[in-house]
Amino acid sequence: MNRTGNENNAELRSIRRLRRQAVFIRAVVFTAITLSVLALGFIVVYVLIRGIPNITPDLFAFEYTSENCSLLPALINTVTMTFMSLLIAVPLGVFSAIFLVEYSKRGSRLIGLIRSMTETLSGIPSIIYGLFGYLVFSVALGWGFSMLAGAITLSIMILPVIIRTTEEALKSIPDSYREGSFAVGAGKVRTVFKVILPSAVPGILAGIVLATGRIVGETAALVFTAGTVAQVPDSVMQSGRTLSIHMYALWSEGLNTDKAYATAVILLVIVVGLNALSAFIAKKMMKGHI
Amino acid sequence: MAKVKEVFMKGVFCVCACFSVFAVALICVFLFANGLPAMREIGLWDFLSGKSWSPSSGVYGILPMILASIYVTAGAILIGVPTGILSAVFLVCFCPKWLYRILKPCVDLLAGIPSIVYGFFGLNVIVPAIRNIFGVSGSSMLAASLILGIMILPTITGVSESAIRAVPQSYYEGSLALGATHERSVFFSVVPAAKSGITAGVVLGVGRAIGETMAIVMVEGNQPIMPSGLLDGLRTMTANIMIEMGYATDLHRGALVATGVVLFVFIMAINLLVSLIKRKGGAGK
Repeated sequence: MNRTGNENNAELRSIRRLRRQAVFIRAVVFTAITLSVLALGFIVVYVLIRGIPNITPDLFAFEYTSENCSLLPALINTVTMTFMSLLIAVPLGVFSAIFLVEYSKRGSRLIGLIRSMTETLSGIPSIIYGLFGYLVFSVALGWGFSMLAGAITLSIMILPVIIRTTEEALKSIPDSYREGSFAVGAGKVRTVFKVILPSAVPGILAGIVLATGRIVGETAALVFTAGTVAQVPDSVMQSGRTLSIHMYALWSEGLNTDKAYATAVILLVIVVGLNALSAFIAKKMMKGHI
Repeated sequence: MAKVKEVFMKGVFCVCACFSVFAVALICVFLFANGLPAMREIGLWDFLSGKSWSPSSGVYGILPMILASIYVTAGAILIGVPTGILSAVFLVCFCPKWLYRILKPCVDLLAGIPSIVYGFFGLNVIVPAIRNIFGVSGSSMLAASLILGIMILPTITGVSESAIRAVPQSYYEGSLALGATHERSVFFSVVPAAKSGITAGVVLGVGRAIGETMAIVMVEGNQPIMPSGLLDGLRTMTANIMIEMGYATDLHRGALVATGVVLFVFIMAINLLVSLIKRKGGAGK
């Protein structure tokens, strides 16, 4: 107790100042997270509230007419489009990842180039993909607006997703698997197909599901490649709209806000569901390996 | 025989892997081959600095669109970045475990909401709100920036979170040991150490925002005029392509592709910046 009152006061003041600062920082951080959660939560809840009452049976009528903007053709097209895009992108992406992980040598120029180009692809905005697909498939190759043009465009767009997730999956497989396979006399190709790929399936699956989410939600890349015809096409060379384009078309034709809300709900449920599924698979995989 | 198969399959894998390189090359070739002739015909300088866009009278100047893209992106950054980074700080340093288990998956899932849904929400909620509050048409830079700011939130939060998590615990503990409070340690020792990761996240967000089409085409009014104010309509480069590509022919189409080329150059510059920041951050460690 040999301190003077002055020193005590100064110390108290500085403690108070620090406490004020701490409270202020806390307040700012809490405000930020509250704003984020509120903004994003509000969007989801609002769309659900406005959309769910509008989901009626005639929304799923098989034929699209201008009075009843049925979304069933768009839904069917979405599924078709997803399968076509995956059919192209998955083998390409998985094989790319196998090359990058299993056959790469440290510091290889080619590997570096491929990595950076894959990263570049993932940064290109979807409107540029749309423009590219339009110029190449619809104009240069003369396919017009067709499902195939859309699917190829999308498959290039999702390629980086597939490559990255497959790479992660392959890297997470312990080297002992490879060594064990080599030890019993299997060659590299055999090891890849019989040992490594089967163990990497959950990871690859998580990537595929994630890519499906991207396909379902995509609009800008498809408007000028797959086109906006609201029917189920007879062949892959004809135009057909997916759900997202259906929403876009409802807006640009200026009709039927209610139907658009209903479509938004279905879109939201599919995409969020797919993302959740992907996260779930990835989590399962993590547990299995560690 | 087995040797042949090995070599053959290695070749197949290699060709598949090279497809990415091929795809980027193809995109560049087609964009530039279709865009550059139009740029030459219009005149590069007239094209980039022309203040008026009027295809019907053959005037193609995209300065309004370039500025619009920059303004809208800047607005989105102003809204999304501070909120996103602070949210990430909350998730890492202030969030109780039970809450984190709820919030984290939510933020991740929201990153996947299709942009058209954001646009539709903006059109039906934000635009009318602005109309009612300010008594203007509502389709405006403000609406576009708001919806885009919300849209890039999950991206910024996600990247910043992993950057902050990557900071060694000893930074925080060292700061505590010197007598700093929890809050001070977080903000003056942990967050600055995560600077390069957070910056990369922000630049990634910029790239996402400048390339976004569907979310803003519905809320920004799309007038091809010089942006004049926060509450006035404008048209970004992405929207320009989206709106007119459907019916454009000849030079008009070339001019739209050329708009795409300009956008592409912007994006490439941003990507380059991201990888530079990442490399620098990596070298620092």
